[in-house]
Amino acid sequence: MAPVATPFFFYLLAATMIIGGILVITRKNAVHSAMALITALLAQSGIYLMLYAPFVAGVQIILYAGGIMVLFLFVIMLISIERTMKERQFNHQWLIGIVAAAALGGLFIAVYTRGKTLFPEGRLTYAEGQNTQAVADLLYGPHTGMYMFSFEIASLLLLVAIIGAVVMAKKRI
Amino acid sequence: MESMLHISTLHYLVLGAALFLLGVVGVLTRRNVIIVLMSIELILNAVNLNLVALSHYWQGMSVRFGGGPGALHGQVFAIFIITDAAAEAAVGLGILIAFFRNKETVNVDEVNLLKW
Amino acid sequence: MGWLVQYVQSYLDPRVTVSPGAAGNVFWALVYILLVFAGVSLGVICMNWLERKILAHMQVRLGPMRVGPHGLLQPIADAVKLLIKEDIIPAEADAVVFWVAPFIVVLAAFTVFVVVPFGPAHAITDMNIGILFMLGVSSLSVLGIVTAGWASNSHYPLIGALRSSAQMVSYEVAMGLAVISAILMTSLNGFGLYGVGGPDTPGIGTLSMIGIVRAQEAQHVWFLFKFFPLGLIAFAIFAIAMVAETNRAPFDLPEAESELTAGFHTEYSGFRWSLFFLAEYSAMIAVSSIAVTLWVGGWLRPFPNALGGATWDLAFSFVPGLAFLFLAGMTFYNVRRMPKHPFFKIQTMGLAGFGAVLGLIGLILFVPPVRDRVGDIFWFVAKVAAFMYLYIWYRGTFPRYRFDQLMKVGWKVLLPIGLGVLILTAGAGIVGLEMAQHVTH
Repeated sequence: MAPVATPFFFYLLAATMIIGGILVITRKNAVHSAMALITALLAQSGIYLMLYAPFVAGVQIILYAGGIMVLFLFVIMLISIERTMKERQFNHQWLIGIVAAAALGGLFIAVYTRGKTLFPEGRLTYAEGQNTQAVADLLYGPHTGMYMFSFEIASLLLLVAIIGAVVMAKKRI
Repeated sequence: MESMLHISTLHYLVLGAALFLLGVVGVLTRRNVIIVLMSIELILNAVNLNLVALSHYWQGMSVRFGGGPGALHGQVFAIFIITDAAAEAAVGLGILIAFFRNKETVNVDEVNLLKW
Repeated sequence: MGWLVQYVQSYLDPRVTVSPGAAGNVFWALVYILLVFAGVSLGVICMNWLERKILAHMQVRLGPMRVGPHGLLQPIADAVKLLIKEDIIPAEADAVVFWVAPFIVVLAAFTVFVVVPFGPAHAITDMNIGILFMLGVSSLSVLGIVTAGWASNSHYPLIGALRSSAQMVSYEVAMGLAVISAILMTSLNGFGLYGVGGPDTPGIGTLSMIGIVRAQEAQHVWFLFKFFPLGLIAFAIFAIAMVAETNRAPFDLPEAESELTAGFHTEYSGFRWSLFFLAEYSAMIAVSSIAVTLWVGGWLRPFPNALGGATWDLAFSFVPGLAFLFLAGMTFYNVRRMPKHPFFKIQTMGLAGFGAVLGLIGLILFVPPVRDRVGDIFWFVAKVAAFMYLYIWYRGTFPRYRFDQLMKVGWKVLLPIGLGVLILTAGAGIVGLEMAQHVTH
């Protein structure tokens, strides 16, 4: 299936993500930040679809936008007090923070301009009908499955995180 | 202009780098703990984007040279990172609630009970 | 002009086997999007009228009778009233979030219809992750509800929003387990991808909605009856969880008028409230579509192999036309029962006109080219309509669950049963595979 209008969608989704990211780090109101982050996450899911990764896109919508952000909104509602919106939002070392991030950005630019020739592109299209099956082969397959152990450890990690979060938020342990 | 119109892997990597920088600025400069946690989620998303973009490139290379569509390690790694981000957000917000119950504030600057 | 007719005919050809999204056909995908959007809106309007009339008849009263003949124009009157109402925003409310919240819920409720399969080629697109996409996007409506409750800056909406979102999140877990059981069934019984292969080929499961119905077609059994009673129990879990997911009775404590003064949409009036209402009904249609696709056979006609063969196919293809003619007949019978008073002349003529339109649609559905292509869509819509009737029936019959009872049912009853059904389905599938290998070797 031929992709349609790739540059238009890429620039649209990329602009949504960048504007969402800027809104996340500059808003006073935590709920506005959370909603900007949700927009950025949904746009990122669209970019995953453009990268022929529909399973990761689906997981991103379910887990990130539909799970983690709901958790954030609940906590913001339980905790957010009007006083924080009237205080100073940026801390004293904001200038050093921006200089450090700019230095990191300079490092990225240096790496990318030197390595631009490392990614010779052709027009690559493949059938996306097999993506979930291929991911499942890598996770659980009999001959090519090499991530089974990591999968089990991830489930153990989630169990530990659930117990930890419940214990942390209790009033009396 | 032609290179701006044909979307290559480098475009996705640059987008990932931009998001990473936005997340880093958010972590380093904001005082509200919740917004710091959200900036950390931005950083993790930028990393995921890099992984999936490079997995797409690797898959294209392997298809071009006669392999099957099996080189999806980047996508599997991205799924694990999303799972980890969920666990970490849950624990981080639990710690935040416990701290808020003690000190009635959500400023990072005031997490200084052990300061001498 | 001739090329346009030819272009239209080339797409309505019965040999077209893929949905426009999968074929990369942007124009037809946009046409399908408009058709599905119009269809869902029409469905919501019909649901409004049907709910009031059916609830009324269950409660031995008549329901709306004044606005049109037998209240048929009542939904239009409601829509006009909602559109011209004053737009009130609470003084201390956060205006941006208050404005955005209904749109999130409507967005989540309508985006789901991109992958709903009305026929083997009659979906907007056929994503590889169809069912995952539907579950994920329908869970985005929780965000809209939470922000709506918070933005209203008032106690009742906040408590209603927190309760409603806790309920939706809890029942999503049970829904997910039931869906996993159904997806597992697509990969059993040696079914090859999209019907290719036989009992010796290893089964390949699929998350795509069209693929799930094709799996039921290839295995000659609706998943409702597969591994009896496991399919039935999984379907029952999903049917209960989907009622709780859409905040409908008997799980409608967060939005019942006598409990929390309408919960999270207390402060919303006029057009914004109608957006919540639209989103709730289209979410009901969406989760019913999931249930129909996964368990009840999607667009397949009843008894495909017990009453198989070309003559039975022909007989069943007459059913859409006969259904509309039956409705037209009922309408004309009610025309005869209208009071013979000059005040009712316009209503009688209106009802007769409505009956004539239904009869005309029924006659059009007998014409052979239309008959072949509309059959799939008719069966799918009929099954979803049966689920809508079940929703209204539950509302008229069951008392409301208290909130702690509701959460107890979600976590302590549906979740363990869902896990048990999943493990037993996997076990039954492995036993079936072993027996199949034993027999053929």
